[in-house]
Amino acid sequence: MAFGSLRRIERFGWASSKLEQRGRSIVRRLSTFTEVDESKKNSSHQETGKSNKSVNLFSAINQALHIALETDPRSYVFGEDVGFGGVFRCTSGLSDRFGKRRVFNTPLCEQGIVGFAIGLAAMGNRAIAEIQFADYIFPAFDQIVNEAAKFRYRSGNQFNCGGLTIRAPYGAVGHGGHYHSQSPEAFFCHVPGIKVVIPRSPQQAKGLLLSSIRDPNPVVFFEPKWLYRLAVEEVPDKDYMLPLSEAEVIREGSDITLVGWGAQLSIMEQACFDAEKDGISCELIDLKTLIPWDKETVEASVNKTGRLLVSHEAPITGGFGAEIAASIVERCFLRLEAPVARVCGLDTPFPLVFEPHYMPTKNKILDAIKSTVKY
Amino acid sequence: MAQLTHRTSSLLKPLSFALSSTRHLSSTTPITVETSLPFTGHNIEPPSRSVETTPQELIKFFRDMALMRRMEIASDSLYKAKLIRGFCHLYDGQEAVAVGMESAITRKDCIITAYRDHCLFLGRGGTLVEAFAELMGRKEGCSKGKGGSMHFYKKEGGFYGGHGIVGAQVPLGCGLAFAQKYSKDENVTFAMYGDGAANQGQLFEALNMAALWDLPAILVCENNHYGMGTAEWRAAKSPAYYKRGDYVPGLKVDGMDAFAVKQACKFAKEHALKNGPIILEMDTYRYHGHSMSDPGSTYRTRDEISGVRQERDPVERIRKLVLAHDLATEKELKDTEKEIRKEVDDAIAKAKESPLPDPSELFTNIYVKGYGVESYGADRKELRAVLP
Ligand SMILES: Cc1ncc(C[n+]2csc(CCOP(=O)(O)OP(=O)(O)O)c2C)c(N)n1
Ligand SMILES: [Mg+2]
Repeated sequence: MAFGSLRRIERFGWASSKLEQRGRSIVRRLSTFTEVDESKKNSSHQETGKSNKSVNLFSAINQALHIALETDPRSYVFGEDVGFGGVFRCTSGLSDRFGKRRVFNTPLCEQGIVGFAIGLAAMGNRAIAEIQFADYIFPAFDQIVNEAAKFRYRSGNQFNCGGLTIRAPYGAVGHGGHYHSQSPEAFFCHVPGIKVVIPRSPQQAKGLLLSSIRDPNPVVFFEPKWLYRLAVEEVPDKDYMLPLSEAEVIREGSDITLVGWGAQLSIMEQACFDAEKDGISCELIDLKTLIPWDKETVEASVNKTGRLLVSHEAPITGGFGAEIAASIVERCFLRLEAPVARVCGLDTPFPLVFEPHYMPTKNKILDAIKSTVKY
Repeated sequence: MAQLTHRTSSLLKPLSFALSSTRHLSSTTPITVETSLPFTGHNIEPPSRSVETTPQELIKFFRDMALMRRMEIASDSLYKAKLIRGFCHLYDGQEAVAVGMESAITRKDCIITAYRDHCLFLGRGGTLVEAFAELMGRKEGCSKGKGGSMHFYKKEGGFYGGHGIVGAQVPLGCGLAFAQKYSKDENVTFAMYGDGAANQGQLFEALNMAALWDLPAILVCENNHYGMGTAEWRAAKSPAYYKRGDYVPGLKVDGMDAFAVKQACKFAKEHALKNGPIILEMDTYRYHGHSMSDPGSTYRTRDEISGVRQERDPVERIRKLVLAHDLATEKELKDTEKEIRKEVDDAIAKAKESPLPDPSELFTNIYVKGYGVESYGADRKELRAVLP
């Protein structure tokens, strides 16, 4: 919304030096893009397709939304305050450019927002709904789980809401407290019929969001709000997509495989650097899509290293790390040289005053790396 | 009650000067004041505009509201000094709702609200120290420092808090009211929500249950005309929130007038005990932005804000009444405000002395017995579990 402005985000705590570590060092690596057919492009926005600019994560999301609306006249963006740019500025400029009929504010009613989006998508449109914080997605949980995910199946493929994408900022920010910090991804990973995607950086965010919007299945897209302003990297101006359900090895190593997603990757990467000083070579994998997930890439890596560590901010019990651990133990049992390590959030509500205790910090990861390698 | 005595006793100070001077009213002499505006009813005959009060009550209203105002201004500074972290929503501008409501009910009646909860907590007998300590996440806080700004609670005061998910507290309020009705103890619940929250589906589910079972539930819509940056009319087809209960009667109240609020709450309580739920729409205004990251000036004009301050400010309204009835001089009221300032500063100093909660508190109050887990070591990365 108009008052969101940069000010909001700064006061949100992004400027503190401790937080800066997050995101700054995030892996800047160009991955393989699916380029969108150049001949179909006509706007000035895309003619500059060759240039890359350094942008932060919220701007990358904003670019993706511009492109999505521009390339498909049947796409819509809506949610609480998105007409004013959204609390994190992800939707700024969209309603001015595409009009209030395609980019609009909704009342404060998450269940209604998602139900409405499912109906809109069922008519063959791309419905891009924003839930202001992932913590507020639960009023819409029923719509996502019972309506969106099963629409295609239960109608014998007559109907679907494949054009549905739900965007929501997730995760810790340093002091967000109980209801501005949670990582609810695991709840949605228990639901066949939807995809769950989480980007780690601006470049990833743009390409993965465009893929999610254009994917013929409903997608829940969680954005690491800690990185909205902190993570800056070169992002191609052009329209590009990154494949869903394909994990990426972002750092090669031989002693242990680390798997994570979103904001947690930069913390894990720091642990990899520190482990290296102790002579431990870590391989780091960004899962990117949580369901359906790329077991093969993880399996191949664990077959090489013989060890696995998974890390996420969500509480450890029932987290998606548990699923990864179980699947990999099943596939790589004889190759494993140590139990799968999980460094995750604690089994407590997300705390206001004890956030550093709760979080899967670099030191916790480093310790787990060492004990797994020494096992 | 005990917590309140401190405030009540200091309140006697301005009162004693009022009585010792030449003024002719005793502290309990009834005074009748007229509400600023008439009430508007929906499916109900509204109460009279004449409200009974006393010199004592007028002075108390002034003092309580000035104290709330000061607390919120001080919280703003503490937030800017980074002593308060997380999310913080201030109540200044809306004080008349808290104070007027409190004067019409007892602590056996329940209040449940959203995250804009600091002043309602004070009204229910919470202390400044508990409030500031909670804001700063300290042990002495009303929720042991575990809740923060959005999660103030006070069980003995019938204050059910302090909820973060917009609209979620309203059905809870119906549950409280059902329990009250079942135990036949003639108490009611005030379930409070904002104009933005009024559009949540839960509101309508709650209304239906409350009406179906004739619950003593009073749904209080604090209409401050914005839900974050969204003006009411952008989000609601009908911003006449007092009418939105359809089959549930409603009353529109000037929420900047503590006496109108008092009259409405008294009326609503009687109604609810006899007939079931009623909606009170309090027409009010928040001076601050939505939360601390919102300067509050991009979606409304400065003229609008200063206009409300000049013409409808709830504290100034009472100040004028006190002066008009010759209950205190302007200087005496200024002195009261000075005293309040000091009281707030002292409370902050005291709250700052309170330590952070013990780290073991991270693992308590999740289940009755807890996990029996402790964390220790650098970054608290070691966990020790004992079976509960
Ligand atoms: C379910 C849910 N959605 C969104 C939010 C984010 N949010 C917090 S307060 C708020 C505005 C609420 O406005 P209103 O009900 O008018 O209350 P006010 O802040 O004006 O007191 C929003 C959108 C939330 N806390 N919970
Ligand atoms: Mg409001």
